[in-house]
Amino acid sequence: MLWEVEIRPLGRDSERERVCDEFDLLANASRGGDLVRASARGFLLEGDLDREAAKRLAVELLVDSVVESATIAEIGGIRDDLAITVLLKPGVMDPVAESVLVAAADLGVLPEAVRTFRRYFGTRELNPNDRDLLFRKVLSNDAIEQIVTGALRAEHLTHGKPYTFRKIMVPLLSLDDEGLVKLSKEGQLALNLDEMRTIQTHFREQGRDPSDIELESIAQTWSEHCSHKTLKGPIDYCETIGGQLTTKRINNLLKETIFGSTQELRKRMGSDDWCVSVFADNAGVVKFDDNYHACFKVETHNHPSAIEPYGGANTGLGGVIRDPLGTGLGAKPICNTDVFCFAPPDFPPDQLPPGVLHPRRTMIGVVTGVKDYGNRMGIPTVNGAVIFDERYLANPLVFCGTAGLIPVDRMEKAAQPGDLIVAVGGRTGRDGIHGATFSSLELTEESESISGGAVQIGNAITEKKVLDVVLQARDRGLYSAITDCGAGGFSSAVGEMGAELGAHVHLEKAPLKYDGLSYTEIWISEAQERMVLSVPLAKWKDLEFLCRSEGVEAAAIGVFEATGRLKLSYLGEQVGDLSMHFLHDGRPDVARKAEFTPAIANPSATPHSTLHTPHSTLLAILGSYSVASKEWIIRQYDHEVQGGSAVKPLTGVTNDGPSDAAVVNPVLGTWKGLAFANGLNPLYGDIDPYWMAAAAIDEAVRNAVCVGADPKRIAILDNFCWGNVNDPAVLGSLVRAANACRDVALAFGTPFISGKDSLYNAYASEGRKISIPGTLLISAMGIVHDVRHCVTMDLKEAGNHLYLVGETKEELGGSHYHVVTGQTGGAVPRVDLQRAPEIFAAVHTAISHALVRACHDTSEGGLAVALAEMAFAGGVGADVTNLKDAGPSLSDTALLFSESTTRFVLEVKSEHVLAIQKLFAGLPLAKIGTTVKEPRLRLAGANGEWLIWSKLDELKEAWQKPLRW
Amino acid sequence: MALPKVLILRAPGTNCDEEAQYAFELAGTTADRVHINRLRENPATLHHYQILMVPGGFSYGDDVAAGKILANQLTAFLGDELRKFRDAEKLILGVCNGFQAILKAGLLLPPDDEGPLATLTHNTHGYQDRWLHVEVASQKSPFLKGIRSMQIPMAHGEGNFVCRKEWILKGLEQSGQVALRYANSGGGPANGYPDNPNGSQGDIAGVTDMTGRVLGLMPHPERHILPTQHPRWTREGLKHEGDGLQLFRNAIAFFA
Repeated sequence: MLWEVEIRPLGRDSERERVCDEFDLLANASRGGDLVRASARGFLLEGDLDREAAKRLAVELLVDSVVESATIAEIGGIRDDLAITVLLKPGVMDPVAESVLVAAADLGVLPEAVRTFRRYFGTRELNPNDRDLLFRKVLSNDAIEQIVTGALRAEHLTHGKPYTFRKIMVPLLSLDDEGLVKLSKEGQLALNLDEMRTIQTHFREQGRDPSDIELESIAQTWSEHCSHKTLKGPIDYCETIGGQLTTKRINNLLKETIFGSTQELRKRMGSDDWCVSVFADNAGVVKFDDNYHACFKVETHNHPSAIEPYGGANTGLGGVIRDPLGTGLGAKPICNTDVFCFAPPDFPPDQLPPGVLHPRRTMIGVVTGVKDYGNRMGIPTVNGAVIFDERYLANPLVFCGTAGLIPVDRMEKAAQPGDLIVAVGGRTGRDGIHGATFSSLELTEESESISGGAVQIGNAITEKKVLDVVLQARDRGLYSAITDCGAGGFSSAVGEMGAELGAHVHLEKAPLKYDGLSYTEIWISEAQERMVLSVPLAKWKDLEFLCRSEGVEAAAIGVFEATGRLKLSYLGEQVGDLSMHFLHDGRPDVARKAEFTPAIANPSATPHSTLHTPHSTLLAILGSYSVASKEWIIRQYDHEVQGGSAVKPLTGVTNDGPSDAAVVNPVLGTWKGLAFANGLNPLYGDIDPYWMAAAAIDEAVRNAVCVGADPKRIAILDNFCWGNVNDPAVLGSLVRAANACRDVALAFGTPFISGKDSLYNAYASEGRKISIPGTLLISAMGIVHDVRHCVTMDLKEAGNHLYLVGETKEELGGSHYHVVTGQTGGAVPRVDLQRAPEIFAAVHTAISHALVRACHDTSEGGLAVALAEMAFAGGVGADVTNLKDAGPSLSDTALLFSESTTRFVLEVKSEHVLAIQKLFAGLPLAKIGTTVKEPRLRLAGANGEWLIWSKLDELKEAWQKPLRW
Repeated sequence: MALPKVLILRAPGTNCDEEAQYAFELAGTTADRVHINRLRENPATLHHYQILMVPGGFSYGDDVAAGKILANQLTAFLGDELRKFRDAEKLILGVCNGFQAILKAGLLLPPDDEGPLATLTHNTHGYQDRWLHVEVASQKSPFLKGIRSMQIPMAHGEGNFVCRKEWILKGLEQSGQVALRYANSGGGPANGYPDNPNGSQGDIAGVTDMTGRVLGLMPHPERHILPTQHPRWTREGLKHEGDGLQLFRNAIAFFA
C-alpha cells in the first residue's frame, strides 16, 4: 500500500507567506498572495500498512495536533485539481524520510519506504508566465525537485534496479591523438592530450588497455581539485610594470610563494616554531597548549551552491567539518566560519542570465544551508563576511571553514600493512557522479531529467553520529589512520591513505543506498558523511561494536597491503590494478602562461560634489550591502554551542555591533582562547592584485589583533577563487597575489598553514560572459593567551580619549568611498611591511596590559565608518576634533574615508593616556577626539567646521536597514 | 551529604551535552553522558542516578518536529522507568531540545483524552541565537530556588509555546507551573518580539510539572556558567560567575 499524509497548519501559514513574498520579489509584483492559497507538508508511506497503521504513524509521529491537522488517504485519494506537490527527485537525500523510517520502527510500524513532500494550493486563474515563474523558480528548484499537479499517481516509491556485473575495458592503446581527446571529453575525464598520452604510454608498457575504473581513478587523482596542477605546475610569467618587462619561469607557484614563506618562517622561528603540520594533512595544525594542537581549514563549494544554494552550502560545510576530523587521528571541531560573495540582492530579476538563480534566493539558500548543517552538528559558526558585487551573479562564492582541537599525542597516523580499510558513516549512492541518470518511480509529467548527481543535500545527523564515534574510537586507539571521503570519494581517500603502501578494495562490500550502482560508481561516488579509517585487524571488532552501539554503519571494504599497487575487485573479479607510483607521481606537468600588466592608473578624481556631502557619503557606505549589518545571518547561526564563546560576532550595549573577530575558549576551565578573523577585498584587485592580497592579510591579522590575539601567534589560510586561468591575464593576477602572500607572510611572521584554490569561476551563455573578480580570502586563527583580557569594538563610556593608530594616506582606490560616489581609479592601500608588525605588537601590548577600553580596525569606509560603528555599537557618542593630527597634508575626504591599512581606533581612559603615548613612541599615533554621553557622532574638518554631525540612531538605522530581512 | 549523580542523556544529534556536564561539574557533582541506546538496553541504569538531564541539540535532526522522535523513544522504551524516577522524588531537567522532548513525551504536562495540552512549535521569527532576560515566575521548582531572574541565551527554531486551549494556559499559571517568562531588560513584560523571541503564549520560557521537580526551559542556563560567556562582559566587567550556575547548584542542593 502507498499512503499519503497531508498536514496543514491550523494557525499562521508561514510557508505560504514565504512563497508569496518570493514570487512578488521575482515578478516585481504584489499578486503572489492571490496565486497561492495555502500550503501543506506531507509524507508518502509505502509498505504492508493498513489504514490503522498509517493513521497511527500520522497521529503519534507525523502531526502535531496542537497546531496542525492531517488528512490520510491512499495515494491520489486527496483530490484537489489545484494542488501543486513538490517532491525530491529520486535519489536526492531526504533526511526527514530516513528519520521517519527509524522512528516508525520505534512505534512497531515498518514502512518499506518513505518520502516527504511539500504542497501548495493554487488558483484557477494562473497565466502561463506566472505559472512558469511560480513552478520553476519559487515553489521548487528543478535541480533537485519535481512538481506534480493535481492528485498524485504512483505505484511504488522504491527505486534502483539490480546491477548486473560486467567488466568494462576502455580501448585506449589503439587511439590516435584525436581519439584520446575525444575519450577525455566524452568520458568527462577533464584530462588534456599530454596527460592522455602519458596514460596511453603507461598502459602500452603494460601491454593492455585500462578498465574504466582504472581510467577514472587516474582522472580523479590527477584532477585540478585533487592535485592543484595549475598552481603547483610550471608557469611562464611575464610582468610589465612601468614599461619594464620581467619574465620568469615559475616551477611551482605554491611552493615558491606560500609554502616557501612558511618554510622560511619555521626555520627562522627555530625552537619557537609553533607550526605542527602545514600543507600536509587535511587541515593545517599549530600548537595551542600543553594538551592540544589547533587546526583550521577553509574550503569552497562554489559551483554546487550556484545550482542548488541550500544543498551546495550544506554539503560544503559538511565537507569542511570532515577535514579537521580527518586531520591527524581526528580533531574535534570547535567552530565554523563562513564567507560569501554574492551579487546584490536587489539585482533586477528581469536581467538574470539564463539558468542563473536570483542572488537573493542564492543568499537565503546558502545561509539556510549553513544554518541547518552547522547548528545540527553542534559546532558554533562564529566568524564570517559577505561581499556583494555584480560579478558574482553567476558564480557566487561560498567559503566554509572549520577549526578543531586535537590532543598532542593524536597527530601521527599511518596505515599499516594488514589494516582493514573501513568506511564509516553514510551509505554510498550515485551522489556526486556527474551525468548520473537512473530510472525509478515516475511521479510526474513535468519533471525534468536529473541534472547530474553534482547536486547533493547533506544529512548533518549522520555526520554528527560519525563525529561522536570517531572521537571515541580515536581516544581508544581503534585505528591507525583516518581521512575524509570528499572529492573523488573512495578513489581519493583510499588512494591517498595507501599511497606509500598499496591497497586492495572489494567494492561490493561498500554499503549502498539502493541497488544498481556499478563498481566504478561505487568507487568514485562523492556521497556525503563518509570517513575512511585504517583499522588493525585486532581492533576491528571493537570498532564495529562501538559504531553499531551508536547506530553508525561501518564496513570493511578492503585491506592495506605493501604491494605498491591499487587493486580493485568486484565479487572476486579483478577490475583494476594500478601502480600507486604512477597514480600519484605519473602526471605530466601542465605548463601555463601568465602575464600581468597593471590597470591604467587613473588618478583618482575627487571633485567635491555637493551631491556627496561627508554626511550623506557616510550613510551611503554604512548602508552599502558589503558594510551593512549581517545580523540577519548571524542570529540564524548558533554561535555559542559548546560554551566557549568569549567574544561573539555581535557585540555592544544591545548586542548588535560588528565584532572584528570572534574568540573561542575551547577548553572549558582554562582561559586560553583562539581568535578567528578574515580579510578580503576584491575591489583592490581590480587595481592591483598584489596590494589586494597584502591588504587581505593585513585585515585578517589586524582583526585578530583587535580582540586580543597575539600577533606572533597568528596562522593564516589562503583561498584563491579565480576566473578562467587559461587566460594568461587571469592567471597573471593570481601569480601577483601569490607573490604578495609570500612577502607579507614573511614580513609579518605569519605562517600560512593550509589553503585551497577554486579556479574557472566564469560564466558564458548567449554571448554574455561574466568572470568573478580574482578573490583571495585570508582566514586567520590567532592565539589569545587569556580570554579575560579580550577587548571589543564598542565604545564603553563617555570621557575617554580616542586615538588613531597607523598612518593615513591618500588611498581611495577600490574604496567604498569610490563605490558609493561612483568613482574609479586612484591608489589602492599599500601595506608598510616594516612598520605594520611593529604596530600590531604595540596594539597587542596595549590590549594585554588592559590599557584599551575598545579597539576597532578601519577597513571598508575608513575612519568615519569605524568611528560610527564603535559609537552606535556602544551607544556612546564621540567628538572628533583633531582629525588633522592624523595627516596634516591630507584632504578631509582622505582623512574620513581612505582605507589605508594597519590602522586601529583605540578608546583609552584618561589614566592610561601616558602609558599609551609611551608605548607607541616612534609609531604613528594621533589623539583625534573624545567620547561623549550625547548619542551623536561629530567629526570636524581641517577648518574646524563639522563635516559630520549625526545622531547614532540615524547611523545605526542606515547600517541595519538594508539586510534587516 | 552524598552528592547526587547526574545522567545526561545523549541521542543522535544531541550537542549540548558536554557543556551541560561541565555545568554540573562546576556546580559540584559528577555527571555521566549516556547514549539512549545504552539506556534502552538497560533501562534500570536510570536508577543509579538522582538527576536526569535531557540537553539541547537536534535529536534525530529534529526531523518531523523538534524533539519528537526522541520523545516517542522516551515514551516507548523508558516510559515506566521515567515515571518511577519522577515519583521517587528525583529531578528531571530538559533544556531546549530536551524541553521539547520531555514536553512531547508527556513528562511535564500529561495529555488528556483529547491529546497533548501544549506544544513547542516554530518561532514567529525563525531560528535565533539571542541573549534574553528571563524572570522566574514561580518558586515551585527546586531548580529555581532563590533565583529571581537570569540573563541566558536562546538558540532554537521551535520554542514557541502554544497551549491547545486558553483554559490550559490559565490552569498552568494558577498552579504555578509557569516557571520562567521572557522579559525586557528591566524585568518588565516582554511585549512581543524580540524580548519574547519566539511568540510563546504568556511569554512562557519554561514550565514545570505538577510537582515542580520536572523543569523544561528553552534558553540555555549551561551557556552562562562562566563570566566570559556573557555578551557584554567587556563593557560591564567580569562577574563572579554566570547566572545559570545557580540552577545547577540548586539541583544538587535539593538532595542535601
